[in-house]
Amino acid sequence: MYAQQVETGVKAVKSLAEMGPEERAFQEKIDAEIKIEAKNWMPDNYRKTLIRQISQHAHSEIVGMLPEGNWVTRAPTLKRKLQLMAKIQDEAGHGLYLYSAMETLGADRDEEIEKLHSGRAKYSSIFNYPTLNWADMGAVGWLVDGAAIVNQVVLQRTSYGPYSRAMIRICKEESFHQRQGYEILLHMMRHGTQAQKDMVQDAINRLWWPSLMMFGPSDAESPNSAQSMAWKIKRHTNDELRQRFIDQTVPQLEILGCTAPDPDLKWNEERGHYDFGEIQWEEFYEVLKGNGPCNRERLETRRNAIQDGAWVREAAVAHANKKQKQQAAA
Amino acid sequence: MTQYDELTEFLLRLGDSALIQAQRLCEWTGRAPAIEEEMGMMNVGLDLVGQARNWYEYAAERINDGTDADVLAFRRDERAFRNLLLVEQPNGDFAVTMTKQFFYDAWQFHLLTILKDAKDERISAIATKSLKEVIYHLRRSSQWVERLGDGTDESHQRMEKAIDAVWRFTVELVEKNAAEMALAESGDIPSLAELPEQWLATVNKVFAKATLTVPDAPSTFYLSARTGMHTEYLGILLAEMQFLQRAYPDASW
Repeated sequence: MYAQQVETGVKAVKSLAEMGPEERAFQEKIDAEIKIEAKNWMPDNYRKTLIRQISQHAHSEIVGMLPEGNWVTRAPTLKRKLQLMAKIQDEAGHGLYLYSAMETLGADRDEEIEKLHSGRAKYSSIFNYPTLNWADMGAVGWLVDGAAIVNQVVLQRTSYGPYSRAMIRICKEESFHQRQGYEILLHMMRHGTQAQKDMVQDAINRLWWPSLMMFGPSDAESPNSAQSMAWKIKRHTNDELRQRFIDQTVPQLEILGCTAPDPDLKWNEERGHYDFGEIQWEEFYEVLKGNGPCNRERLETRRNAIQDGAWVREAAVAHANKKQKQQAAA
Repeated sequence: MTQYDELTEFLLRLGDSALIQAQRLCEWTGRAPAIEEEMGMMNVGLDLVGQARNWYEYAAERINDGTDADVLAFRRDERAFRNLLLVEQPNGDFAVTMTKQFFYDAWQFHLLTILKDAKDERISAIATKSLKEVIYHLRRSSQWVERLGDGTDESHQRMEKAIDAVWRFTVELVEKNAAEMALAESGDIPSLAELPEQWLATVNKVFAKATLTVPDAPSTFYLSARTGMHTEYLGILLAEMQFLQRAYPDASW
């Protein structure tokens, strides 16, 4: 999940009877699974919530390139280099695509990016963890993209048309990344040396819990969930999605021959789900507050990229203006 | 230090140049002036790694001692690398990066245009495929040179500084080389005699639009990629790029 703890600005979900005619028509459309399009009437808070959610998602795609940039210059073979470069390129594309979906709501890409850089907008907490060995490139693909997909597959049915369509396209590429990531790990486990197997287990140990945190706090601690669910911006609760992710991931973990750093992780026959240990939410909130291991570096890199590139963008605009004048004069 | 036959050396010159240029592009990840340029640079980089792999595979077949494309890329030392000195130069700012890219693209474009008619079917096939990509690369870098040269005062100054920084390494793009002339005479590759003028004509044309001055003919001595006499930057680049293959020689990735 690339959007966490999105504010809805709403204290209590209204019933249809409490709504004015416009809002009632809007909610009835949503209830009937009819997509809301850019030009349709929508409540202000729905618009603002979506802008927050989609921009967070877009920021996450862009910031998410940085942990991979840490290894793309060190990819071990030409094939792995090509795969990682293609993944990074896809992510830049997803970022652009999502910013466009967000702009259909009247938001401005540069303004939203500025909010990110000044710390007023969030991005997925997972990208604030360092990537410390090559297996992280596999584990990020498998676990992080895997967790993102669980959320995004559901978001393909989200109520806002442009967002839903963006998700459909993005999901296809994400599932490719996930399989590729898993294959990196599987190859190391099946054909690798002991040192490589240790890398894989180490990567899983470090990324397991942060991946589970990607789904956000448990339902009881998610004050915005009810409204987002009523708007069908969100379609399942955080806990439901987290459970789904764990249930599908543990068998894959077993095929790898690796373990999760959770002694309480075990199949519960009665529930038909895996039980798992307590998530350390203090860590999650610290990372969200900006105190994670790499928050500072990630934001600084992004800020520098935009600042250092200002003269390039200015030159492009100046040149385009010159061209336009020349054409007008001709 | 192994010296291969002339045609293999030539293939390595093409493969190494593509790979090292791509490696420098990878260093930009997350740092480009716009998200569109993140995509653009990765796109070009992907093409170049693909091209490098094709040239290496052919070179490996010719070497025929069990080597493969990955060994050529990740297990050779700097003295064995045959890439143009130009592409190993550090990225600097976007002006330096784009100036290097443009000089390299123009060289690739004219060289591949010649090589697509090679009698050697492998060379012809790789050149034909690569050229389709390089046409786009050259268009993109030419446009950027034009924008930056004829953009703002600052961008113009940065471009002049960038050209000054890397111009001397373009000597390798325009020098006539005895080994390549011999390859042409024996029919292994077509004649590259026209390449220097063609490259310079493209530079002149784009620089004129960009309001940039083409410096006097470059010269350098001692340094030469053909003999593995590189600048110091290549060794550091390789130390990073080859780290995993060097640190874990028995591993399979």
